[in-house]
Amino acid sequence: INHEHLSSVLTSLCVSPQQEGLDDGPDFLSEEDRGPRAVNVDLQTDATLQVDISDALSERDKVKFTVHTKSTLPNFKQNEFSVVRQHEEFIWLHDSFVESEEYAGYIIPPAPPRPDFDASREKLQKLGEGEGSMTKEEFTKMKQELEAEYLAIFKKTVAMHEVFLCRVAAHPVLRKDLNFHVFLEYNQDLSVRGKNKKEKLEDFFKNVVKSADGVLVAGVKDVDDFFEHEKTFLLEYHNRVKDSSAKSDRMIRSHKSAADDINRIASTLYTLGTQDSTDLCKFFLKVSELFEKTRKIEARVAADEDLKLADLLKYYLRESQAAKDLLYRRGRALVDYENANKALDKARAKNKDVLQAETTQQVCCQKFEKISESAKQELIDFKTRRVAAFRKNLVELAELELKHAKGNLQLLQSCLGVLKGDT
Amino acid sequence: MAEDREPPPLPGVPEPQDAEDLFVSAMEDAERSLSPEDISSSSNGPKAEPMLLDHDPDDLFAEATEEVSLDSPERQMILSDGPSPAITPVTINPRADVFDRSPDQDEDDEENRDTFDIQISVSDPEKVGDGMNAYMVYKVTTKTSLSIFIRDEVCVKRRFSDFLGLHSKLASKYIHMGYIVPPAPEKSIVGMTKVKVGKEDLSSVEFVEKRRSALERYLLRTVKQPALLKDPDVLQFLESSEVPSHVSYGDVILSNTYCFILKHARCYYHHLDEVFVCSCIKWFEEKQQQFENLDVQLRKLHASVESLVFHRKELSVNTASFAKSAAMLGNSEDHTALSRALSQLAEVEEKIDQLHQDQACADFYLISELLGDYVRLITAVKGVFDQRMKTWAKCQDAQVMLQRKREAEAKLQHANKPDKLQQAKDEIREWEGKVQQGERDFEQISKNIRREVGRFEKDRVKDFRVVIIKYLESLVHTQQQLIKYWEAFLPEAKAIA
Repeated sequence: INHEHLSSVLTSLCVSPQQEGLDDGPDFLSEEDRGPRAVNVDLQTDATLQVDISDALSERDKVKFTVHTKSTLPNFKQNEFSVVRQHEEFIWLHDSFVESEEYAGYIIPPAPPRPDFDASREKLQKLGEGEGSMTKEEFTKMKQELEAEYLAIFKKTVAMHEVFLCRVAAHPVLRKDLNFHVFLEYNQDLSVRGKNKKEKLEDFFKNVVKSADGVLVAGVKDVDDFFEHEKTFLLEYHNRVKDSSAKSDRMIRSHKSAADDINRIASTLYTLGTQDSTDLCKFFLKVSELFEKTRKIEARVAADEDLKLADLLKYYLRESQAAKDLLYRRGRALVDYENANKALDKARAKNKDVLQAETTQQVCCQKFEKISESAKQELIDFKTRRVAAFRKNLVELAELELKHAKGNLQLLQSCLGVLKGDT
Repeated sequence: MAEDREPPPLPGVPEPQDAEDLFVSAMEDAERSLSPEDISSSSNGPKAEPMLLDHDPDDLFAEATEEVSLDSPERQMILSDGPSPAITPVTINPRADVFDRSPDQDEDDEENRDTFDIQISVSDPEKVGDGMNAYMVYKVTTKTSLSIFIRDEVCVKRRFSDFLGLHSKLASKYIHMGYIVPPAPEKSIVGMTKVKVGKEDLSSVEFVEKRRSALERYLLRTVKQPALLKDPDVLQFLESSEVPSHVSYGDVILSNTYCFILKHARCYYHHLDEVFVCSCIKWFEEKQQQFENLDVQLRKLHASVESLVFHRKELSVNTASFAKSAAMLGNSEDHTALSRALSQLAEVEEKIDQLHQDQACADFYLISELLGDYVRLITAVKGVFDQRMKTWAKCQDAQVMLQRKREAEAKLQHANKPDKLQQAKDEIREWEGKVQQGERDFEQISKNIRREVGRFEKDRVKDFRVVIIKYLESLVHTQQQLIKYWEAFLPEAKAIA
C-alpha cells in the first residue's frame, strides 16, 4: 500500500457533493447537510455570495481544495467560478484578518486545522507490513476499514475548510475584504509559502508576549458590565470546552477500539464456525454474521459521536479562543486608551507635547470605541450561533444514537430468535 | 451408530484358548446387546459413547466389594452379565437415570440431565488469618436428591488449596485411563498476595469474585462427569466437614477395584487390537487435529474478548469522565436552556457509563471466563490423548521385550540348560501377561477417550449455546437501556430555544 495508490483511489472517488457511494463513512455529504455544509455553524445563506468546496484531491502530502463561488456582487468578473487552494493559503487569509487593525473588533473565524493524515497513513503502512501474518479476509477487511477511516478524515478536513470560508462569506464586514476576494477569484497560485523557521520563531515569541500581556489586560477590571461578564464567562467556558473536547475524544477512541475488537471476534467466530465438527458450527457462523453487522453499527455510533459531539466541541474551542482574542484586543485598546489619557494629563500638566498626546488619545479613543461597538454585537452573535449549533448537534446526536441502538436491537433480537429456535 | 450392531470381523489371532471361548460367548451376548459399542471401524466421531446400563449393577457392585482375582468368578461375571462392552462408570447407585446414554435415546438424555439433580454453589469468601499466612475460605453448598449423598443439603468450608488437592487426586486416578479431568482454576501469586496483605481495593475484590466464580464452575464441571461424581474423593470433598487429608483404607480398595474391573472388563476384545488400533488411529488423528485447531481459535477468541473487556472498561471510565466534564460545561454555559440540556447530557452519559461497565462484566464473566476454561479443558483433553500414546508405547515396549525373551528361550532350547530354560519360560509368561495387559490398557484408554470426547463435545455444544444466548440477551438489554436514555434526552435537546 503506498500513498499514490490511495490517492488514486480517492481521486477516483473525487469527494464531491454528488458522491453518495460510500456508506461506511459518516453521512457527511448527504442531502440533509445541504446549504452550509458546516454542521457546527448556523449560517444564513445569502444569495449575493455563496462559497463552498466542491471538490478535493489528496496528493502526496497536500490536499487541494476546489473553492467554488457563486456571486452576484459586482466586484467579481464572473458570476460563478472556481479556484484551487491549499491549506497554507487558507492560513494566509486567516492571518491577514488577524493582523489587520480594521478587523480588530470582530471575532475572526478560527482557521481550519491542518489536514493530518499521518496517523491514518501510519496505520495503512503497518497493515501493509503485516500482510503476511493475517488471512486474506482479515487483510481485506482491515484495509477497507482503514480506507474508510482515511476517507472520513478527508471529508472532515474538507468540511472544516469550508466552514471557515462560509463564516467569512456570511460576515457582513469580512466578506468585503480584498484578500478574501483575491483568495476566491485569483486563479493562479497565491505563492503563499508556509512560514520559515525564523518567522515561526517570531510567531512563537509573539504568542508568549501576547499571553503574558493577555493576563495583564485581563486583570484590568472593565467598566462595562457586559464585557466584564463576558470576560469571566469566556475564560471559564473556554477551559471547560477544552476539557470536554479532550474527554469526548478519549471516549470515542475507546468506542472505536471496542468496535475493532468485535470485528476480530467476528472473524475468529467465523473460522471456528467453518472448522467445528459439531452442531456449533452453524451457531458460530450465525453469531459471527451478527457481530459483523453490530460492529458496523458500533463503528457508526463512534463516527457519529465524533461528528456531532467531538467536532462540535473542538469547533467551539477554537471559536471561544477567537472570542477571547477579541476581548483581549479590546482590553488592550482599553489599556492603551487609559494610558493615553494618563499621558495626556501628564502632558497637559507639564505643558509639553500636548498636541501629540491629544492625537494619540484621540486615536486610542476611536480605536477603543470602534472595537467595543462591534465586539458587543459579535459576542451576542457568538452566543446565538453557539446555542443554535449545540441544539442542532445535540438533537442530531440523540436521533442518531436512537437510530443505531434500535438497529442494533433489531439485529440482536432477530438473531436470538433464530438461535433459540434452532435448539 | 445404531447400524453397527455387529462387531467387525476378526482376524485370526494367536490367543490362548480361554480367551477364544470368552470371545465366542461374548459375540453371542453382543448380539443381544442394547446398543452397539462404538468401536467399529466405521465409527466416525463425536457422538456420545453409549454408556450402557449394566443389567445387573447390583451384581457387579456386590462383586466389587469382595476380593477380586484374576480367575473365573470375574470372567464369569463378564460372561453372565450380558455384554455391556462398556461397563464404565459402574454405578453405585442403582438409580440409573444419570447413566442412560445410548445414542438412540438423546431426548431421554436431555430429560435425564434435568433429573441430574445436583446444585453446587461456592459463596461467602472469608478471610482467615493475617498477613502472609492468611487465606480465603469459601463456603461450598451442595443441594441434591441423589442418594449417593448422605444429606440433601450440605455446607462445607474449603480453601483454594483443597480444590487443587482434589484435582490432583482425581488427575492421578483418572487421566491415565483416558478420562478428561476438568482442570482446576489457576493459582495467582499476585492476586492472592494483594488479598493477604489486606488491600481492600477494587482489584482484590474483583480477584476474589473471579476466583469464586471459577471454583464454582470447576466443581460443576467435575460433578457433571459421571465417573467423577461418584468418586469417593469428590464426595468427601463436598460432604465431609473436615478437610480431607487422606483417603481411607476402604476407599482405596473401592477405587482400586473400579480400576481393576475396568481394565479387565473388555479383555475379550483385546485380540482385536490390530484391527482396532488401525481403524481407530484415523479417528484419533482427526480428533487430535480438530482439538489443535479448536485450541488455536479459542485462544485467539479469548484474547480478542479480553481486549474487548478492557476497552469496554476503558470506555466506561472515559464516558464517566466526559459526563463530569459536560456537567461542568453546562454549569458555565450562560444560556439557561442550553445549560440544562448539557446537564441532562451529562446525566445520560453517566448512566451510559454504568451500562458499559455492566456490559463489560457480562463480557467477562460470561464469555471470557468460559473461553479461558475451555482453553484449559482442551489442554486436559490433549493430555489424555498423550496418555494414550504413552500407553501404546508401553504396549509396544512390552511386545519387544516378549520377542526378545522368546528368542532367548529359543536359543536356550538348544543349550540344554534346564533351569535357565525354565526361567526363560517363566519370563516369557510374565511378558506375555504384560503384553496382554498393555493391550488391554490401550484399548481401555482408547475406549474411554472416545467416550469422553463424545461427552466433552456434547457438553461443549451445550455450554457454548447457553452462554452465547445469555450473552446476546445481555447485549439486547444494553441496547434497550440505551434507547430509553436517549429517548428521555431528545426532548430536552429539542427544548433548547
